[in-house]
Amino acid sequence: MLDPNKIKKQFPIFKREINNHSLVYLDSASTSQKPQAVINSLVNYYKNTNANIHRSIYKLSEEATSAYENVRSQTAKFINAKSSREIIFTRNATESINMVAQTWGKLNIKPNDEIIVSILEHHSNLVPWQQLCKEKNAKLKIIPLTKNYSIDLKNYKKLLSKKTKLVAITGESNVLGTRPPLKEIIKLAHGKNAITIVDGAQMVAHSHVDVQDLDCDFFAFSSHKMLGPTGVGILYGKENLFKKMPPFLFGGDMIKTVSKYDAQWNDIPWKFEAGTPNIADVIAFGEALNFLTRTGLKNINEHNKKLLKYAIEEFSKYKEVKLFYAKDSAQSSTSILSFSIKNIHPHDIAQIFDTEGVEIRSGHHCCEPLMDYLKVPALARISFYLYNTFEDIDLAEKALKKTLKIFK
Amino acid sequence: MDIYSEIILDHYKNPRNKGSVKNATATAIEHNPLCGDKIKIELLLDKSNRIKTIKFSGSGCAISQAAASMLLETLTGKTLNEIEKIKSREIIKMLNIPISPAREKCALLGLYAVKKAVELAAKPRNSKKRSK
Ligand SMILES: Cc1ncc(COP(=O)(O)O)c(C=O)c1O
Repeated sequence: MLDPNKIKKQFPIFKREINNHSLVYLDSASTSQKPQAVINSLVNYYKNTNANIHRSIYKLSEEATSAYENVRSQTAKFINAKSSREIIFTRNATESINMVAQTWGKLNIKPNDEIIVSILEHHSNLVPWQQLCKEKNAKLKIIPLTKNYSIDLKNYKKLLSKKTKLVAITGESNVLGTRPPLKEIIKLAHGKNAITIVDGAQMVAHSHVDVQDLDCDFFAFSSHKMLGPTGVGILYGKENLFKKMPPFLFGGDMIKTVSKYDAQWNDIPWKFEAGTPNIADVIAFGEALNFLTRTGLKNINEHNKKLLKYAIEEFSKYKEVKLFYAKDSAQSSTSILSFSIKNIHPHDIAQIFDTEGVEIRSGHHCCEPLMDYLKVPALARISFYLYNTFEDIDLAEKALKKTLKIFK
Repeated sequence: MDIYSEIILDHYKNPRNKGSVKNATATAIEHNPLCGDKIKIELLLDKSNRIKTIKFSGSGCAISQAAASMLLETLTGKTLNEIEKIKSREIIKMLNIPISPAREKCALLGLYAVKKAVELAAKPRNSKKRSK
């Protein structure tokens, strides 16, 4: 069991007030708050260790290099990669996905090939594939949902064919909370010799991920949604694929030797990390992983589920409110609840919630095709994490009542 | 001061000049991609090139819809030139509520759409005749 009140104390931001109310943060699906340990790590690095890595033989540089590379091993362990060579640091999940599109994709996608995505995808796991398809004259196929907002596996099986070269699928929808059956989706894709990439940005913050068990070929996520700093993304990829992929960016660090007119690439993963990386934030990300491991992903997930259940109970009391979340037990939401209110735009909802200190997301959530599919212009969304309490939901409900009253 | 003032809510719930215009001289649409707000403006000029009828349609947040409704109330009888001169800050002043930077685009969406329509209406109409 997890005590969110104790956890909250380790996140200094909760000392803040918003419009004369204590902060109620219900937007962790956008970005999580940061514990003191992560903040301390950043300060400590700049105060005591700052030096460029992989370049020098003096003490500071050695310390910084080893701290940075340790986080690579830690990340590999966190998602059970076979080796730290399979972990590349990028800027965010979006860059990780783009890297696959620009390297593996450009090399392997040919005219009339097909790429499958789902209608749930965040723009970051959709637009790179749209562009690649346009460039290569390939076709994009989109898996629809069932009426309960689950991935329609029957339809997916129909879309799969010998032409399928890549399946790009989210591990968890940032709007409906749907958790597609990844193992099955990946296995079916491999049956057609297609490669798979999982957008793990949402799921990895509260689900145990085992990339070997999933058998996905690529897995992308962001540090900032899992207690770590902004500016760090991760791309996991199977070693044999990384070895065959051309570099993404060129310059320092990614080379082995350079002559006047040619260069040879460094080994993986450094081949994909050109230039000085985000050393401080990667090191602080290691503290975020420690925090999550200490608290236990299972505990966090159980906690989120209880909050979600309570929020659904409370919010469904209001007939004007329509809830949007994945319901089938196999794919059900665990921490995300979107909603709309009759005749009130989500931005007005979020604005009134803010007057009560309750921070929620509103808009299209970088999922315009999904909004069209759901036939809504936008949605309001609450999402939970380890520092949220039942009281937070009561305060959200109070804000909901105020919203209804203002627009009565 | 409250952003959801009585006037704003009144215009949101009972928008004035909402609908469409028959034989409109010009039509323009503006989007706010952040919110999914959309406002369509249709206007008809009279013989002396003043606004005879102007209407809006579309959907969006209370601020964008109320601002459009309030703006359109002031436009009948105005010349295109007069409308082109309307400044963003005049809209903010007219709304008389605190507008945060994030909501500015909502507040100004109607004005942008009106200006787009006015620009189209101001294009030498003989070009339209010629194309006929
Ligand atoms: C499901 C999903 N995928 C990808 C992303 C993109 O993450 P980032 O903006 O950190 O690249 C997000 C973030 O909102 C997300 O929710």
